[in-house]
Amino acid sequence: MAVEFEVNEREVWDGNYAASQAMRQADVDVMAAYPITPSTPIVENYGAYVANGYVDGEFVMVESEHAAMSACIGASAAGGRVATATSSQGFALMVETLYQASGMRLPIVLNVVNRALASPLNVRGDHADMYLGRDSGWIQFGAFNAQEAYDLALCAFKVAENHAVRLPVMIHQDGFITSHTAQNVYPLSNEDAIKFVGEIVPVDDMLDFSRPVTYGAQTEEDWHFEHKAKQHKALMDSMSIIDDVFAEFKKVSGREYKRVESYDMEDAEVCVIGLGTTVESARVAAKEMRKEGVKAGVVAIRCFRPFPYEEVREALRNCKSIAVTDRSSPGGAMGAFYNEVAAAMMTSQSRPLVTNYIYGLGGRDISIENLKTIFREQKANADAGYITTDIQQFTNLRGPKLGFCKTERN
Amino acid sequence: MQDLKLKAAEKRGVHQLGGDNLVGWDEVTQGIVLTSFEGDATDVAHKKAEERSYSDFNSYTATVASWRVMKPVFNIDVCIDCQNCWVWCPDSSILSRDKQMLGIDYDHCKGCEVCVEVCPTNPKSLLMFSEYEDLGDALASWPEKKKKEKK
Repeated sequence: MAVEFEVNEREVWDGNYAASQAMRQADVDVMAAYPITPSTPIVENYGAYVANGYVDGEFVMVESEHAAMSACIGASAAGGRVATATSSQGFALMVETLYQASGMRLPIVLNVVNRALASPLNVRGDHADMYLGRDSGWIQFGAFNAQEAYDLALCAFKVAENHAVRLPVMIHQDGFITSHTAQNVYPLSNEDAIKFVGEIVPVDDMLDFSRPVTYGAQTEEDWHFEHKAKQHKALMDSMSIIDDVFAEFKKVSGREYKRVESYDMEDAEVCVIGLGTTVESARVAAKEMRKEGVKAGVVAIRCFRPFPYEEVREALRNCKSIAVTDRSSPGGAMGAFYNEVAAAMMTSQSRPLVTNYIYGLGGRDISIENLKTIFREQKANADAGYITTDIQQFTNLRGPKLGFCKTERN
Repeated sequence: MQDLKLKAAEKRGVHQLGGDNLVGWDEVTQGIVLTSFEGDATDVAHKKAEERSYSDFNSYTATVASWRVMKPVFNIDVCIDCQNCWVWCPDSSILSRDKQMLGIDYDHCKGCEVCVEVCPTNPKSLLMFSEYEDLGDALASWPEKKKKEKK
């Protein structure tokens, strides 16, 4: 039996430590991990809890991230509560097994500390790894600070293991900005945390010897399509269960989460919609823009997959010009996030102007001043009634101004 | 010659791989998880294959014979029941009971020739023939014991 690890009502934790504490409190059965910057402290701390007797779970050291997720898949199929963490290149190496995990409907929890993908090699935060997982069939939560990294990790188990969902969940936090910045975090008591998360009730577990099952079957054109359709349906249907879990979490913590968060949007004419830590910067910028007389607001995505089309449309309904911020090299297209938001707004009544800003690659800072420039450009668009700039622009980039595609006008 | 009906349990290789009942997306199993047996399978490991209640999704009930172009043929008159082929067969397709070699499970054998390779008798008790070769003809054409070459 594990030794009690005492937590105070208020702690000073960084995002990594907060996530590792959530793993401890959730009473994980198996963590298989291969450390990588900047997520290393999550698994390192969990390893220390094991070594010091604070948890009853197993820590499995493996030879790569591919093996880490493979071991998680095995442990999850066996019926255990399973979690791990990774970043960037490690995430990339995990990709093949991410698809296996979701296809087998295994409720694994993966803490992803977002970091750029090489080349050039870079350890700082951007969303390239998060985007790499966007079609993998996992639920993706976004935390904007250490508190949220902790809260959403607890919620992740409850969503993943719900029998109507049975899908793996990632919790994303920005490398270094969230993962290594110590902040006040208000954890649940150990008792309240495990009571909230509950016990895992296995489904088709391989340790049930009275009912042996096959995982990882092969299907060709006669079966594959039906299985993938069922999986997609489960992912789309998970939205209401995520809402239920967030509501339940509010009851025990007092903290409210929504799949789409809105700030100063009641009367907003222009807005920035973003992911990760940029949301908090944009909120500061929006407040300053309001002092200049611009009705500015911010919308943030808490749940990137399943993508909340209807809630995004609802949040942006009265906005005239929207800046969608993508923190990942777009690779020959508009940013992926831009494409989601533009698709949602294309089918809205109001059909607002939607522009795309590529920013912050490899940990490049985005300043309040950069965000205010973005707001001012949205204001100009709103006043003109069309997109006055290139549709896609690069923000805070050295060299000649870089942008692509103009709006089509008669 | 092997008795082809011997140990050919009722449900072995009765359908093509993939199943016959192509249900819709709303009816497929969650996570492509397939059950191996019908009902409670406690202690199934202690039962012989023909006594187990294999489910329709277990590969035991499916045949994969259409993949094979060459088949091993077993000659019971030469076999010494050493079990080498049973040990090495990668598809559990050597039928053996009480350490007696009985024949080949042609529903699951892929024709890889490993059994022929590991057979130690002279002549071999397992040899490869065309999939379409009649078993009687194959046995009739079995080679003689090889004499040691004089030095």
